[in-house]
Amino acid sequence: MDDMKDLVLNYVIKEYMEDGDEEITYDTPLISSGYVDSFSMVSLLVFLENKFTIKIPPEKATPEAFDNVNSIVALVKQYLK
Amino acid sequence: MSNIGSYEERLKQFSWSVAENELEYAAGNIINIGWYCSDRICLRGDGAKVALYHEDFCGNQKRYTFNDIRLAGNTIGSFLRGLGIRNEDRVCLFMDRIPELYLSFLGVLKIGAVVQPLFSAFGEESLFVRLENAGTRAIITQRKHVAKVRKIIDRLPALEHIIIVDYNPAKPLEKKEVAFSLEEAVPVETMELFPTRAESPSVLHYTSGTTGQPKGVRHVHYSLISQYLTTKWVLDLRDDDIYWCTADPGWVTGTSYGIIGPWSMGVTQCVLDSGFSAQAWYSFIEKYRVTMWYSAPTAIRSLMKAGEEIVRNYDLSCLRHLASVGEPLNSEAVIWSQKVFGKAFHDTFWQTETGSIMITNFPGMKVKPGSMGKPFPGIEAVVLDMKSYEPLTEPGKMGLIAIKPGWPSMMRMYWNNEEKYREKFVNGWYLTGDRASIDNEGYFWFVGRDDDVINTGGHLVSPFEVESALLEHPKVGESAVVAKPDEVNMEVVKAFVTLKPGFSPDKDLELEIMNFIRKKLSPLAMPQEIEFMEKLPKTRSGKIMRRVLHAQEWGEEIGDISTLEND
Repeated sequence: MDDMKDLVLNYVIKEYMEDGDEEITYDTPLISSGYVDSFSMVSLLVFLENKFTIKIPPEKATPEAFDNVNSIVALVKQYLK
Repeated sequence: MSNIGSYEERLKQFSWSVAENELEYAAGNIINIGWYCSDRICLRGDGAKVALYHEDFCGNQKRYTFNDIRLAGNTIGSFLRGLGIRNEDRVCLFMDRIPELYLSFLGVLKIGAVVQPLFSAFGEESLFVRLENAGTRAIITQRKHVAKVRKIIDRLPALEHIIIVDYNPAKPLEKKEVAFSLEEAVPVETMELFPTRAESPSVLHYTSGTTGQPKGVRHVHYSLISQYLTTKWVLDLRDDDIYWCTADPGWVTGTSYGIIGPWSMGVTQCVLDSGFSAQAWYSFIEKYRVTMWYSAPTAIRSLMKAGEEIVRNYDLSCLRHLASVGEPLNSEAVIWSQKVFGKAFHDTFWQTETGSIMITNFPGMKVKPGSMGKPFPGIEAVVLDMKSYEPLTEPGKMGLIAIKPGWPSMMRMYWNNEEKYREKFVNGWYLTGDRASIDNEGYFWFVGRDDDVINTGGHLVSPFEVESALLEHPKVGESAVVAKPDEVNMEVVKAFVTLKPGFSPDKDLELEIMNFIRKKLSPLAMPQEIEFMEKLPKTRSGKIMRRVLHAQEWGEEIGDISTLEND
């Protein structure tokens, strides 16, 4: 489980964090903090779908569901076969 | 009774001197927006009134009185002067919606320098072209964004100072960087205001066109006259209002109506520096008892998507007046807001170039859902025939929206681009680049853009800029970028791409290209969809036929394809 969280966390750090000083955890707000905006959410969604070979329905890809690594992983788990 | 009273009566006897008199300004006097937004409010006895309630995404709150923002403007202005920043130097503000963004705006103007606000989500290339074009001398930014500046600093010889407002002492400063903490700085009680006049440059906003690089739209301090009066008559702000403009000051709404309008009237405003969520927004309105809310159709459609149920969890009875800007407000959104909030959102139409609201649904006037409304008093707006550029008189006939130049906040130039500036005027009319019709009651009805510029979430994106950036990706051969319809954002960016020999399309490459554009330009410019093609539709002379792809996305007739290259 933590492997999955770490994978998502590391991807977020690599792709969306501009400052290496920022420390984020599984609970750090991503959308409400502005680290990931609504337009960038699309690229995060594509990453999840590619990496886990899943399809997340557009209505489930909400700012709330994407707001931290824990909630993202919970969402992904619903669609894992 | 609304501030404007009778629209028809205002039309009969309108003069911009209404605003000049209220602001106690006379031709030839000093006029400085920074002073008007802070010192003047204190001098009239409202120094202790709250100017800004600020809340960040963690819920941390700050409040600033008009005296606080006066002192902050002085302190930041004095600091910049100490660095050698002079009048007419360009100072870029590259920050999230933190208090320093709003307060620096005043400080830069007070010393007569030119504010160049840029959206903090811009990637390094978007940042570079705008700083290079403006010959920017200083940039005020945050630690989280400084990495982008560091990547381009060597290509920007004019950029002498990188000012970091939240410097971390544990990390060494790099080349040209200087730390500045407003909280730790000694407040400057008095400073010598630079005596800007009506035509002194004030704000330089960048906007995108179909072709070429972004254009720097230069405004002057006299713009205050129409920004003040439209705030009063269209947004209907009053002394006891709590105002929330959801726009980011990286864009013109965030400065004209997110700083200048409310503060020049001495009105309290609040700012939420947080990403969008319906719960967070409703909670913010309830908590601060927001009375006037100026937002955007994209946000309104997102709220509609979140549903009506959630609204019932909040007490939003404080809302008195609602307005919207950035893209056409669809009739469904107007009807929905009337049903859910008991108030209709009033559409306002204007542009970076116009500096203030041009056409709008006024408070107290009958709102026709889906209509843009009527021209502001003193604004002569028409629709022109697409070929002759003569005004159309027949109701319902579509043409180009054009405005007779001469209002106070009209742009004075495109920075370093006289040719593009001249192209905006034909037969004595300013061409907005938008198409509309006018009904028999004088209401304007938006039809669409007259060019290929993509309006996504109320922000303009140049297809040319995205296509050029795509070509810098090592695997991309050719590219064409068009708008794709979107339920929430009205339009989003879609890219059609061919690959260089040896590369084949897959989902990982799609993501790689999306992230490449997001980091290079901005999240707004990132294609939300990439379609890989064997070849792009071209004319026989080799020009990519973007309109064929656009028609395909919108389900429209492709039109004349006689020049289309055959296989």
